[in-house]
Amino acid sequence: MKEILKVTGLNVNYGAIHAIHDVSLTVKEGEIVSLIGANGAGKTTILHTITGLKKAASGSVLFDGAELLTIEPYKIVSMGMAHVPEGRHVFAQMTVTENLEMGAFSRKDKEGVRQDMERVLERFPRLRERSRQLAGTLSGGEQQMLAVGRALMSHPRILLLDEPSMGLSPLLVKEIFATIETVNREGVTILLVEQNAKMALSIASRAYVLETGSVVMEGEGKVLLQDDNVRKAYLGA
Amino acid sequence: MDLTVFIRQLVNGIQVGSIYALVALGYTMVYGIVKLINFAHGDFIMVGGYVAVFTIPFLAQYGMPTWLCIFAAVAVCCVIGVLTEKIAYKPLRGAPSLSVLITAIAVSLCLQNLALIFFSSAPRPMSSVFDLPPLVLGEIQFSGVSIITILLSVCLMVALQLFIKNTRMGKAMRAVSEDGQAAVLMGISTNRTISLTFAIGSGLAAVAAVMYCSAYPQVQPYMGSMLGLKAFIAAVLGGIGSIPGAMLGGILIGLVENMTRHFNSQLADVVVFSILIIVLLVKPTGIMGKNVGEKV
Repeated sequence: MKEILKVTGLNVNYGAIHAIHDVSLTVKEGEIVSLIGANGAGKTTILHTITGLKKAASGSVLFDGAELLTIEPYKIVSMGMAHVPEGRHVFAQMTVTENLEMGAFSRKDKEGVRQDMERVLERFPRLRERSRQLAGTLSGGEQQMLAVGRALMSHPRILLLDEPSMGLSPLLVKEIFATIETVNREGVTILLVEQNAKMALSIASRAYVLETGSVVMEGEGKVLLQDDNVRKAYLGA
Repeated sequence: MDLTVFIRQLVNGIQVGSIYALVALGYTMVYGIVKLINFAHGDFIMVGGYVAVFTIPFLAQYGMPTWLCIFAAVAVCCVIGVLTEKIAYKPLRGAPSLSVLITAIAVSLCLQNLALIFFSSAPRPMSSVFDLPPLVLGEIQFSGVSIITILLSVCLMVALQLFIKNTRMGKAMRAVSEDGQAAVLMGISTNRTISLTFAIGSGLAAVAAVMYCSAYPQVQPYMGSMLGLKAFIAAVLGGIGSIPGAMLGGILIGLVENMTRHFNSQLADVVVFSILIIVLLVKPTGIMGKNVGEKV
């Protein structure tokens, strides 16, 4: 399979703090790749650097062969990469429909946008019920659906998800993970950052374990799920 | 005061108030997007005023209607506004807000002093732009300038509201103002959105300039500072960052100022500035300011 995303030798600093050390990872077309690790390990920073919200000190991020570190961040979504940020970041003062429209901001094909809107509303019937409500009035779970739906509106080839399970009830977590798998089966490659390591590993084709800014382990999701070190450190077993 | 005087003061108040509102919109829109009080905004009015003064003779010479000077003023102010942002504020994005505030004051002083150098401190008279008959209702007579100022302001505000609510770029502006990072992830160019915001704000200030100079027909380098301050108070009163708030605040300040001035002209500014202090003490978010709790 083709490597759709290839991160090599990535270093990121926060002021004097060296947050990400020489991280390399690859995501192949059609995969679900999970990035797990404790709070502060640098998972979110890596996603932020990939989509340009954070500047890298050195390294390379190739998306479909194109270097992302040197292009303007707002152009990345139109290349086919969507990022659902941690904490959802829906536009609280805009309606659900407007939020979804913003997701398609970079697209010019009106007909395609209309179809994708219909598809998203079919996938998340709750959003259709609340389409005219302000996003800020939605529950946490609904906001997460909106954030994912908004990202799908850009018709991405790869979806970066940052802590989609955060703050959700176990039932909703299951629902969100089921959605991620469905979206993946429909052809969208997924790079998933999660603290819920068990869920993240069980749906992942491959996974990377991050500790204080470095990749310490990588392998197939199911293999890591059985690994003693991973179990002790992240699965509470 | 009797009813005729009251109604006349009311209309005058709304007239000045709609000028404040147009200027306040610039403060509030820029604040909404970049969290910056652009203290140079008042001086864009002065620039607009000078552009009008200098283009009117040209227009008259070629037999064109002099109110076309509004377009010249709008064009120049848009350029000045966008350039100011690119040169002075953009390099400071992410800097502490105090640095940006000081820069804004510096830009204001810079514009005023440039005007002093080029145009001297002597006020320049402005010839009339609108040749309109007064509107007579019974015993009360309203000047044509009053009516056109109010009408034009209302039209511009409605247009702005429709633009922000319904258009692609208007929605992008709301998105950037609410969550800049998320907006970038949607593919919205922050730079372009900020430029557009400055252009619209400065353009509205230019219209306000021409309307103001039609009512008080002279232009001088410091004319923008007091007018700008009062519009700023209007924006704070309405709730800084809120567009309907700026409109409401503008009209209210205009009314309060005019009604007070009718009794005691010295007192008008005291009252207006007291409003600022009271709002900041009692309800810093203003009348329509948002105080949104974030859901995590």
